[in-house]
Amino acid sequence: MRFTAAHQSIAFSRRMLLVGGAQAAFGAVLLTRLGYLSISQNEHYTLLAEDNRVQLIVVPPRRGWIVDRNGKPLAINRSDFRVDIIPDQLERPTETLRLLASLLQLDPDEVDRIIKELKAARGYQPVQVAENVPYERYAAVTVRLPELPGVQPQRGFSRFYPTGPAVGHLIGYVGAASAKEFEAENKNPLLVTPGFKIGKEGLEETLEQRLRGIPGGQRVELTARGKLVRELTPKPDRSGQTVQLAIDADLQEFTARRMGEESGSAVILDCMTGDILAMVSMPAYDPNSFSDGIGSTEWAALSDDQRQPLRNKVLNSLYPPGSTIKPMGALAILKAGIDPSQRIHCPGGYRLGNRFFRCLGRHGSVDMRRAIAKSCNTYFYAMGHRIGYDNIAPTARMLGLGEEFDLPVVSQSYGTVPDSAWKRRKYETSKRIVERPDWTASDTLNASIGQGFLIVNPMQLAVMAARIASGRDVAPALVGRHDKPGPMLDLDPKHLETVRGGMWEVVNGDGTAGASRLPFPDIQMSGKTGTAQVRRLSASASRGQGGDWKYRDHGLFVFFAPSDKPRYAGAVVIEHGMGGARAAAPVAKDALTFLFDRAKALANLSALEQQWGGTLAERTARRAGAIEAAARAALLAKKAQG
Amino acid sequence: MIASIIPQPLARLPWRLIWLVALICTIGIVTLYSAAGGSMSPWASKQAVVILGFALMAVAISYIPEGFIKGVTFPTYAAILVLLVLVEAIGFTTKGAQRWVDLGFIRLQPSEFMKPAVVLALARFYDLLPAAEVKKFRGLWPAAALVLVPFAFILLQPDLGTATMVMVGGVTVMFLAGLPMWYFLSAAAAIGAALPVVYALMHEYQRKRVLIFMDPEADPLGAGYHITQSKIAIGSGGLWGKGYLQGSQSHLKYLPEGHTDFVFATFVEEWGLVGGALLIIAFYAVVLWGMRVASKARTRFSQLGAAGLTMTIFFYVTVNLMMVMGLAPVVGIPLPLVSFGGSAVMTVMICLGLLMGIERQQRTRSTLG
Repeated sequence: MRFTAAHQSIAFSRRMLLVGGAQAAFGAVLLTRLGYLSISQNEHYTLLAEDNRVQLIVVPPRRGWIVDRNGKPLAINRSDFRVDIIPDQLERPTETLRLLASLLQLDPDEVDRIIKELKAARGYQPVQVAENVPYERYAAVTVRLPELPGVQPQRGFSRFYPTGPAVGHLIGYVGAASAKEFEAENKNPLLVTPGFKIGKEGLEETLEQRLRGIPGGQRVELTARGKLVRELTPKPDRSGQTVQLAIDADLQEFTARRMGEESGSAVILDCMTGDILAMVSMPAYDPNSFSDGIGSTEWAALSDDQRQPLRNKVLNSLYPPGSTIKPMGALAILKAGIDPSQRIHCPGGYRLGNRFFRCLGRHGSVDMRRAIAKSCNTYFYAMGHRIGYDNIAPTARMLGLGEEFDLPVVSQSYGTVPDSAWKRRKYETSKRIVERPDWTASDTLNASIGQGFLIVNPMQLAVMAARIASGRDVAPALVGRHDKPGPMLDLDPKHLETVRGGMWEVVNGDGTAGASRLPFPDIQMSGKTGTAQVRRLSASASRGQGGDWKYRDHGLFVFFAPSDKPRYAGAVVIEHGMGGARAAAPVAKDALTFLFDRAKALANLSALEQQWGGTLAERTARRAGAIEAAARAALLAKKAQG
Repeated sequence: MIASIIPQPLARLPWRLIWLVALICTIGIVTLYSAAGGSMSPWASKQAVVILGFALMAVAISYIPEGFIKGVTFPTYAAILVLLVLVEAIGFTTKGAQRWVDLGFIRLQPSEFMKPAVVLALARFYDLLPAAEVKKFRGLWPAAALVLVPFAFILLQPDLGTATMVMVGGVTVMFLAGLPMWYFLSAAAAIGAALPVVYALMHEYQRKRVLIFMDPEADPLGAGYHITQSKIAIGSGGLWGKGYLQGSQSHLKYLPEGHTDFVFATFVEEWGLVGGALLIIAFYAVVLWGMRVASKARTRFSQLGAAGLTMTIFFYVTVNLMMVMGLAPVVGIPLPLVSFGGSAVMTVMICLGLLMGIERQQRTRSTLG
């Protein structure tokens, strides 16, 4: 069929209808889409538009203080000077940075960091140039501000710890949030605000949410390129809460100083309430040097030190408690129904099968009181063997050994109170460490004198002392002041009396710590010394009492005072201090002296500190100076090489 | 009667169309005033002058007799094609694409003229072709060549948006000329099959745009930013809009190109669904008017030409609006008469002028036997 003009005309009309229809369809789609966006999605997009328009320039809240039980500050904020750059207002980046670098004496690494951050920065979020700027340099920047558009000198706050290293492990320190911490908090913009610090260790870390406060901010309307259009009503910030600790700041500082150059820890509790009055681990780092960023040299010096200043020895170091657990053992023995006046003959050791378990001396015939006073192993070998360790372990646990305390701390290692069930479990998981699954008599003997499988931390020892002293189930408390005495333990008061008598004898009778009597006629201390072997006795001819520092025995001491009406209890562990009586008990004695007569204790301390070469603050400053000098020398050497 | 007071030539202008176009242009200028933060400069005043100039030109074009247009169609087409080739050789490079010939007062893209030129050339071709030949191969290949040659050159520039518009205008005319339906169906199928190849041949930035179109949130700060911000502007306007000069998206520059390609978003943010719908309806009324002109046209040339020119306007508007509302990839097609810039105004005004001419002649005399 021929395609004619007539056909053509019909085809045109028909196809015009098709085209017109398609156009109408598109029109309908567009109108529908417009309606969908502006009506049903209106709320969503209104929110996004607001998000675009209004930004919060975060004003970091002031961190809450940490104060001691009497309100004395342990961690405060010191106002300091800082310099930031608002990237959007920066006009001549190169010249500005060059001038700032010379005014603030920035090192090249810092300048590199600033350049990198400026490149990544968007809009109105400030980039930090320097913090903790000395006043003269700050003033130099302020004076030249007219030629430095975009540079923002500010007053900020930095964390300050008045007692420095004395509270290092206790309080921890603050620092700028890491990328990981930023991710973990859902990219909370506060964390990347220049000058904002979060807790990195200790209580600063665990109490972070209470200390932090709520950031405020200047709400501003910004253009897409971050230009400020106008300021809207600001949102006020709320400072973090002040947190009161159970700690007695003066006692804490005194004890820290009294530790001298030793490596070790000391815990003093209120044995009625469990309040931790002092919790010292020495040597310690100065948390002040962390709050404005720690240098790599200083960090290396801290982490390489064999006395481990970065380790909180109160909670994270585990020791065999040695003889310090003998009072606990005695309670278990009493509980098992053995008469405390029953005597054991000590010929200098105890024979079990073909093995001879040594005692520290030949004590002859001893009863319980004397066994505690003289720290006679033979008595505890014999009695332990008689009742079996599965009868001792429950008492050990009741007194806090092996217990993980409910404390706001970053970590605690809580050791082991072994028994037959424990050993079986242990054997299943690690056959190499535990040779046989059943509990043997020699396991009992070792554990009975605080060796073998039994390992504890100093906090547990202090709690044990406190529970024996008061007979109460006290739990150590770090935050807040507590007045309510703990509930009574399920222990026979007569048993407790017997054990306390032995402990009185240790210090005030002819016991092992006779040299550490308190210098008061009417106040007496009771305690128990302990020596923890670092190497097996047979391995060293000197029996851990000399030679290389790191092979010497640890000295331990648990105590309470006053003996007649206990109020304070605690534990001191001096690493490689050779013996409890020699190294640990004197620290306890002086700390308790401080609690009863400050002047006397301080006089004694200053005499000691003269021997050690200055006060803790002086020695810390000197060490920091040496480290700084080393760092400078290293930098110079690097420059000379380059 | 009012008609008696108004002079004859004025009274015979298609006033319905002129009021629609005036409304659209006013919306454009008003929006450009707002986009500049409430200022006539730099865009609104310039745009007003451009629109006025091209509107007068359109009226002038409408007086050109159809016979004359028919006569110059092929030479004009050829001249533009030569210009197109020339810009390839000597064109100034702007934004990495060779598109412009600088004539001093205006920088012109010859491809812009090609949009109406292709339509007219094809209309003229089918006007000359005897009806019996249309369904034969002779009815296809010269037309195909007329479309594909400029299409290829414009694609080379590269300017996918303009190239597509040239193609759509041409294909519309071929479709309405009565070419066998299976051509179009099989071509559509072929295009469908060829899409992956086309994708492979695209420039990196074009490919990115397509990908981002599929999922704008994947790159909210990069290439997806345009679409995202545009949707925010439109969506946050709501039913009545945020009020004139109150659009935060455009005023605070969150909306990029708020005065050119994305001017619709600027407008809707402040005038809401009501304003946006009014503008869409106004545009479609113009298109409807054009389609009526085509239907009523009395010569084959004017039928096909009118339909093709109307299709060009339709395509301009529709692609821009789809793009701005996130229904099509961002291809850089402005909203004619509203977006700042002379080229689109010129093209659309040429189309309108030609349409008005056709409309005038269908009212005066018939050449269709």
